[in-house]
Amino acid sequence: MTAEIRGRRQWPLPKQADPAAPLLRVNNLQTHFQLGRGWVKAVDGVSFGLDDGEALGLVGESGCGKTTTALSLVRLLPSNGRIRGGSVELFGIDLVPKTDRQLDRYRWREISIVFQGAMNALNPVVQVRRQIAEPVQYRLNQSESASLKRADELLDMVGIPSRRLGAYPHELSGGMRQRAMIAMALACDPAIVIGDEPTTALDAMVQAQILVLLEQLRRDLGLSLILITHDLSVVAETCDRVLVMYAGRVAEEGPVSRVFTEPRHPYTRKLLGAFPNIRSDRRTLETIPGEPPDLVNPPAGCRFAPRCAQAMPVCAGTLPPEVSFDDGVRVACHLFGTTA
Amino acid sequence: MSARYLGQRLLQAIVTIAAIVLLNFLLFRLMPGSPERILLRNPNLSQQVVEATRARWGLDKPLIPDQLVSYIGSTLEGDLGYSFKFRGQPVTSVIADRVGPTLLLVGLGELISVFVGIAIGAYAGWRRGGVVDRVGSGVSLVLYSMPYFVIGMPLIVIFAAGLGWFPTSGMTSVGGGDRPFPDNIIDLARHLALPLATVSLGLIGQYSILMRSAIIETRSEDYITTARAKGLRDGRVLRAHAFPNAMLPMVTLIAINLGYVIGGAITAEIVFSWPGLGTLTVTALQSRDYPVLQGIFLLVAVSVVLANLAADIIYGLLDPRVRR
Repeated sequence: MTAEIRGRRQWPLPKQADPAAPLLRVNNLQTHFQLGRGWVKAVDGVSFGLDDGEALGLVGESGCGKTTTALSLVRLLPSNGRIRGGSVELFGIDLVPKTDRQLDRYRWREISIVFQGAMNALNPVVQVRRQIAEPVQYRLNQSESASLKRADELLDMVGIPSRRLGAYPHELSGGMRQRAMIAMALACDPAIVIGDEPTTALDAMVQAQILVLLEQLRRDLGLSLILITHDLSVVAETCDRVLVMYAGRVAEEGPVSRVFTEPRHPYTRKLLGAFPNIRSDRRTLETIPGEPPDLVNPPAGCRFAPRCAQAMPVCAGTLPPEVSFDDGVRVACHLFGTTA
Repeated sequence: MSARYLGQRLLQAIVTIAAIVLLNFLLFRLMPGSPERILLRNPNLSQQVVEATRARWGLDKPLIPDQLVSYIGSTLEGDLGYSFKFRGQPVTSVIADRVGPTLLLVGLGELISVFVGIAIGAYAGWRRGGVVDRVGSGVSLVLYSMPYFVIGMPLIVIFAAGLGWFPTSGMTSVGGGDRPFPDNIIDLARHLALPLATVSLGLIGQYSILMRSAIIETRSEDYITTARAKGLRDGRVLRAHAFPNAMLPMVTLIAINLGYVIGGAITAEIVFSWPGLGTLTVTALQSRDYPVLQGIFLLVAVSVVLANLAADIIYGLLDPRVRR
């Protein structure tokens, strides 16, 4: 699978890449934001992997660090954000110690991003096809005409009719803009596409169309996908594995089929319970009492302990270790401390 | 840009100019002081002579409709009347003599400060908190808040009176304009240097402060994050994405300022005795020279309206969202 997908690359691997290394391995990533009163530990010790052609869903409530985790991969952080620990290994190359200038080689050509609500993510005064052509021209050093030709092919690939080629962002519908954004993300034939809530602002029909498109492109182009969303049904439909985050840490991670049918972490269970199911006749949804902890001074033990119905004395004082199960699921919870 | 957008703007401009013509007429007649007294300059004249003068200049007829109708009629013909102060000279020629020096001074000042101010402001905003930002923004704020005469007078004290590098006032030395070729230009340039520096410094302050905040505002837009995610060089992100968007509010400001160019920077012209429209305005005000004042105000107002029209058109070309 890996060799087959890498064989399809249009552009060579980065020079320092180890062809035998896995696509992406994130180890103990710590991304913090500096505020007046201290460091906000938005991402605090997150590890995960992504293989060629795989789709990983990143879920959790707002502010749990899923977007920060994804943007840390190519260090697209606000000026007060720092990666203070851990590694991000792409083809075996650690991106964390790279300078911004060195990191530019990996941005878009290896890891591109489909931002949420494509309205503001597209420059309002530049034609959409020129924005798509831009990375081809400036990152792959193609001529302007070749770049525009590539942009037109990409727009065709995502289903934007050719008469809309000269359109500006405001002339396209929300769904069309999201398609254009996807076309732009594919411009340099990247290995990984990060979707940052790519369907959030769209209505249900368009949402479904965009997901079908992403799924089809992933299969056709051999992309690996990181999908950030708080819509668990999107993950269920499109992802192979799911990573549930809570307050900057991994709660549970594993194959979608396992995690969704047999959630182990109390937070995952609550999260699945809080999601409406169209086929159930239950009228009230479960909610989780309390609110996420302050990430400047997080609790010493499990960060979910203050809200957890099954909390034990140990939870308040000791960080739960991550425990791996035979079915590929990994859980950070003291309930499973002894079973592994 | 559609014909409809253009037509709307044009119609708007025409209506505005019509309103200006009316206001222009009424405003000066509400001012205290009477023109015949100043025309004759003699407090001891007989009532008869005063009456005769009023009749000769048409001041005995009622303001509305007679004076207004004749004013509008001749304005449309391009006849702005005759100056009270510069006897016998048509207003158009009095003003025409002064347009050149003002355009030279303020027009050149605008040109310099648009480029320099926007460059400083864009760089300061892009590298917020850097050296250029800290020094540039401080200096700009001081310059922006100072009237032209406060900038101009120290320049005269230091560079004209003190060091003697430049003349203190005027546009030419005595007979300087008649010297053979490069000398007359050099003479003009020496006279132009300080007033030009004054006007430019003030405008650079204004443009750089506004450009800085426009850039800072666009810097936090999502499309800038997109551009960074594309791995583009920092300079390309600024030039291709932040700058065109930050220029949108600047276009309007620059165009409105351009309208005032023609009115001259009154205080700067006074400080340097620059023979432009600014000094003419003050002279005309002091002598209740209604026709000249009307002429100047009409010229300024019409150029502001036309500059705004130009701003709308340029804005329409730069921002695709208003092209429909």
